[in-house]
Amino acid sequence: MTTLLTGAAVLGGAPRDLAIEGGALVDPETVDRDAAETIDASGLIALPGLVDLHAHLRQPGGEQAETVASGVRAAAAGGYTCVFAMANTNPVADTPAVVEQVHRLGLEAGLATVRPIGAVTAGLRGERLADMTMLARSAARVTVFSDDGACVADAELMRRALEHAAALGAVVAQHAQDPALTRGAVMHESPLAAELGLTGWPSVAEASIVARDAMLAEATGARLHVCHVSTRETVEVVRAAKARGIAITAEVTPHHLLLTEELVRSYDGRFKVNPPLRAERDVHALREALADGTIDIVATDHAPHAPEAKQTAFADAAFGMVGLETALGAVQLAMVETGLLDWAGVARVMSTAPAAIGREPGYDRPLEVGAPAHVVLVDPAARSVVETSTLKGRSANSPFLGVELPGRVLHVWHGGRRTVAAGEVVTGGGER
Amino acid sequence: MLGPDEIGRALTRIAHEILEANHGPDDLILLGIPTRGAHLAQRLADRLGEITGIDFDARVGALDVTMHRDDLRGRPTRASHPTRVPAEGIDDRVVVLVDDVLYSGRTIRAALDALADLGRPRAVRLAVLVDRGHRELPIRADSVGKNLPSARSEHVRILLSEVDGRDAVTIEGGAA
Amino acid sequence: MRHLLTAAMPRDEAVALLDLAEDMHQIQDRELKKLPALRGRTVVNLFFEDSTRTRSSFEIAGKWLSADVINVSGKGSSVSKGESLRDTGLTIAAMGVDGVVVRSGASGAPALLADWIGRPVVNAGDGTHEHPTQALLDAFALRRRIHGDAARGAGLDGVRVAIVGDIAHSRVARSNALLLPALGAEVTLVGPPSFLPPAASDGTRLGVRAETSLDAVLDERPDAIMLLRVQLERQAGHVAPSPAEYITGWSLTDERLAHVEGAHILHPGPMNRGLELSSRAADSDRSAVLEQVTAGVSVRMAVLYSLLASDHPSPDHGGAR
Repeated sequence: MTTLLTGAAVLGGAPRDLAIEGGALVDPETVDRDAAETIDASGLIALPGLVDLHAHLRQPGGEQAETVASGVRAAAAGGYTCVFAMANTNPVADTPAVVEQVHRLGLEAGLATVRPIGAVTAGLRGERLADMTMLARSAARVTVFSDDGACVADAELMRRALEHAAALGAVVAQHAQDPALTRGAVMHESPLAAELGLTGWPSVAEASIVARDAMLAEATGARLHVCHVSTRETVEVVRAAKARGIAITAEVTPHHLLLTEELVRSYDGRFKVNPPLRAERDVHALREALADGTIDIVATDHAPHAPEAKQTAFADAAFGMVGLETALGAVQLAMVETGLLDWAGVARVMSTAPAAIGREPGYDRPLEVGAPAHVVLVDPAARSVVETSTLKGRSANSPFLGVELPGRVLHVWHGGRRTVAAGEVVTGGGER
Repeated sequence: MLGPDEIGRALTRIAHEILEANHGPDDLILLGIPTRGAHLAQRLADRLGEITGIDFDARVGALDVTMHRDDLRGRPTRASHPTRVPAEGIDDRVVVLVDDVLYSGRTIRAALDALADLGRPRAVRLAVLVDRGHRELPIRADSVGKNLPSARSEHVRILLSEVDGRDAVTIEGGAA
Repeated sequence: MRHLLTAAMPRDEAVALLDLAEDMHQIQDRELKKLPALRGRTVVNLFFEDSTRTRSSFEIAGKWLSADVINVSGKGSSVSKGESLRDTGLTIAAMGVDGVVVRSGASGAPALLADWIGRPVVNAGDGTHEHPTQALLDAFALRRRIHGDAARGAGLDGVRVAIVGDIAHSRVARSNALLLPALGAEVTLVGPPSFLPPAASDGTRLGVRAETSLDAVLDERPDAIMLLRVQLERQAGHVAPSPAEYITGWSLTDERLAHVEGAHILHPGPMNRGLELSSRAADSDRSAVLEQVTAGVSVRMAVLYSLLASDHPSPDHGGAR
């Protein structure tokens, strides 16, 4: 079976044809055009399958909010072909049994590759290291370790985690949040937080941990990845660390590229997230940093929650937002339509670079002949208001409900297999 | 319908009627219903003072009936007004309620309730500048400045110099 | 006004509420303390947090207006058994109540309830956010102190008020920092650095001036000093000053009282004598503390009347919603 995509703007460039055959991209000049299924891709952008280095799929333990199957459905709808699943499940992904279960559920779901992330510390308790080597050598072949949801606050533990990761060729992804500076914090620390009577999460609580970890990475020679950078100060620390030659990478979420703390005025739990939505100046700094490469990638921090976890007082609401379905549109709005990033840049920050950080093979030659056929066709001219029906996962805690976002994911191939056709997730491969 | 002179003459006549009915000024208290009734009560007090030579300033006050109205639910929120009652109170006095227009009678019903919360007068009388008819309750004025038969669709307006800059009674609208 | 969620409101609306409260205040002098304005209305005091004073004040206010007042305590009810705020609100609304007075430990809870239940909601204190009826009664008591019988229609123009204490965790300070300036007052917040909320780029905190030195502010001879209740053991945890440290810097001691003889003294209660202010300050003729309590009933009558008397309340006004 051959599929021919005609006239696609590959990585936003001049229109040309792409051909998919047997799981790989092949030379369109060599295919039998009459026998091939042809999709008119004129006016559409062709991107490599997106890779999310940071998603919470909630299984095991949080199945009322999301499962691996429903999570990859949301991922496919958003143009993702690979998702790294965070370790803060119940039980925590700190044993081979758990990561192998998640890996297997991903294979069964089939719509995207699921790569389990391993815990840095046992039970995410921040007390002693998890069995990192066992996780790396499991069938799930863990390459990313993170306590995300909690910070590895103890400097000694972080140092040893980096040493282990270096020995394994893995990366530690740090949720940078000084717990002592953020006791009871539920939103950005600011005059608005004072006005709303909500406990603030100061910028320095993030930047100070990143600065410390950068120095630990330098001292250990390990790779450090900074999760969801949210402040201008952290951007400056990352920039300085990169200038110093430290092996540091950083991510930003779509919501931090678009939204500010002003939304919290409503006390609507949908806008509660960790790290919190920040100020306008932070949004600008994050966009610039993503454009200039200081921030390497966009990761969703997709964090589904059941309605009851959000429909309560702001201080009592759960942290987190879903993001897989809306990430590409949000990035188009924040980065492409502002002229800060071209589509090749989008491919870099949402596919090539996150795959490289996570050591996921098959994404290093995007849309080149011979590469695995992870392909997304996007209609950049479409615009639509996000509704609960837009969301294909189990939960609807999106900050973009009611917001118009540009772009529509029309077709997705994961290793040559169609996962989205004409904007609809292909059923049969996975289940809700 | 009425000009300043006619309003003045009507008030003077009402003042005489009040004294006549009460057989003199003893125990008389005037309570006007805000806002215009309160001004009319003050004017009546001035006239009673002139006629009797007694200072009526300490015997005039205002009775706000807002909290006792029976139409609070159906209309936009009504603003209230201060109630001022003579220092000696109203118990065993003869209270003359003063209002600008007597119409349905519901304001006076509210005033009687409000009065009952303040004490127990020996008698309550009612003096109004205009009676336009259309009573919805069994209430009647003891003194009326002018009977103005009107249609329900018409709007009777009382203008007083203290509030409106001039004295006049007008009828607007109607026959729609 | 559909709800009273915040003390942020335009001057004319605040003055109108205070004037209405003046009319309500007259009932205090009467033997028969009952007005029929809210006859047939049912008000629920939904208190997720204990506050006998505020609850009693709202209860008296509702009863003097002839409303049926029901108290629902957060403790011992389904509220403490994990029922969500939304379910609790919807359940109470479904019982056919006309208005809900909410006290909650969570900032913003009354605003959420207002959106959810479609009934008038009065914020009786939410977390570290606001306590609008407290600010209204403070303004009422202060306006009476300054203007006496001529208070109706007046604001607090040019009146300089120092608010002293744990500003960062005080809903009373927040509501006063919104209401008093709207009435023309000049407010200065005073407290230890760890008790002050984050500053805006222009140096103001909660939109008004903030200082750390009480003595420097008292040197300016404020017209009124509002002492906030301080809970050193609870509010700011391990960064709170010790009682001795607090008294040294921020208590209205006898010495400081002598320095500012003319200033009116306000306190939302309950007072910690010897900590926030000396007994002499609390009992002096400058103290308006008991007048504040009395004013609380009148102001709450005005609020309940404004929200509940009419089925067609006047259109929304800005902050008061």
